[in-house]
Amino acid sequence: MRVHISPQPFDPLDELRRYEDALGERRRAIGAAATFVGTMRDFNEGAAVESMVLEHYPEMTQKHLERIVSTAVERWALDDALVVHRVGEVRPGDAIVLVAVWSAHRAHAFESCRFIMEDLKSSAPFWKQERTRDGGARWVANNTPGSSDEFAT
Amino acid sequence: MSIKVRFFASLAERVGRREAECAHVEGLTVADVWREVTGQDAMPDEVLCAVNHAYSEQATPLAENDEVAYFPPVTGG
Repeated sequence: MRVHISPQPFDPLDELRRYEDALGERRRAIGAAATFVGTMRDFNEGAAVESMVLEHYPEMTQKHLERIVSTAVERWALDDALVVHRVGEVRPGDAIVLVAVWSAHRAHAFESCRFIMEDLKSSAPFWKQERTRDGGARWVANNTPGSSDEFAT
Repeated sequence: MSIKVRFFASLAERVGRREAECAHVEGLTVADVWREVTGQDAMPDEVLCAVNHAYSEQATPLAENDEVAYFPPVTGG
């Protein structure tokens, strides 16, 4: 398991490849991997966003993410998990978060990946401040719940 | 002996500081420290709090040398 908070830009595919390579022979016994990548958009709430600064609470954020991953490992049959989250100044198109999980079964992989991502969004101590094109700075007030109910017809 | 106090993000701007200290007395809670340090009466419901890097309640009692943090709703991911 690995939780990494990155002050530098990261390439999610590079991170994945490096992690998979490190799994070595174990990789052959793992039937499923699910990954989620969150990237920064260049618009939010009707305004063009030039960049964003991600603040966190270093001591607590690391511990909290490790706790979320441990909970997922207890609840689902996971072989491994990787979480990388950006902090500092982020630009549109940059990866903000990568969640990857490995399991023998796809249901465990999909569900635990979703669980880690939703728990991270609702409780991990990170805060976004957007810089808009007109020179303004504004804090993002809330994360919207990630329920797929909103797509139900 | 005292309590270390930290504020984050928009809340640090509102309060006007990122760090503070507060003397420890027997029975001191997270809500007491908020009143003491910010000079405001009640701790707003939307403010989140943590003691020693784990989420806590307003009524959580504090021990000497604890670190208590206050912050707004989280917006990571």
